[in-house]
Amino acid sequence: MTPFEPAGTRRDVLHLGLALVAAPLALAARSTSAVATPDAMAGAIRTFLGGAQAQTGRIKLDLPPLVENGNSVPLTVTVESPMTLGEHVRRIAVFNEKNPQPSVATFHLTPRSGRANVTTRIRLADSQKIVAIAELSDGTFWSAQADVIVTLAACIES
Amino acid sequence: MARTLISAPKTAKAGEVMEIKVLIAHPMETGFRPGPNGQILPRDIITRFACTYDGEEVFAADLSPAMAANPFLTFTTVATRSGTLTFSWEGDNGFAQTETADLTVSA
Repeated sequence: MTPFEPAGTRRDVLHLGLALVAAPLALAARSTSAVATPDAMAGAIRTFLGGAQAQTGRIKLDLPPLVENGNSVPLTVTVESPMTLGEHVRRIAVFNEKNPQPSVATFHLTPRSGRANVTTRIRLADSQKIVAIAELSDGTFWSAQADVIVTLAACIES
Repeated sequence: MARTLISAPKTAKAGEVMEIKVLIAHPMETGFRPGPNGQILPRDIITRFACTYDGEEVFAADLSPAMAANPFLTFTTVATRSGTLTFSWEGDNGFAQTETADLTVSA
């Protein structure tokens, strides 16, 4: 250390820089803590599947690709199934990535439903991926996904 | 009592797949939203809807805060015989409501 450089200066500057970087990161972490993450969605899907694997196909998820108002987004789920006693859809679950909670709704169907076709309106807090999974009476799971861009978010704002 | 709107056919042919639409007036307060005083408003949602046809459940839905206000559902059921369709909603704070619709099925 030379007499012209006061002790610790360089270290102090480094620490200050680290603090400046860390503070916004900590804030960001706090603000996203109330939001479901893709991990939370994966966890909710694992719980729904109960160890089974979901295959792609047979289920169709209809959502508008661009949504102006996330407070009311029309959603239609259709599953190709004859809906007979031997082969029907038992449950259809819808999951999201970025709302405060990963689950949207679970529909319970029976052979008396006639068709596996459900329409509803949901809330979306952000542009995100929506996943729908159907459980069939033979124990297989089928999934479909859709990406939605939301310009005005729901849930968080009043 | 919340206002409901139910669109179900009054008559149907046996074996026909009927489309039923139900809507109930309910704010579906998420429990994540601050109110006018900055405090988070407590959750108040409908958690379950069920439709029974002559006592047998033909469709049910578990709902979450991610459902839009005034939850609207469209589903189908097969007309088997003349009877009563019962629609029931259950929710937070002891919310419960039941509506019925009569259905005449011709052969």
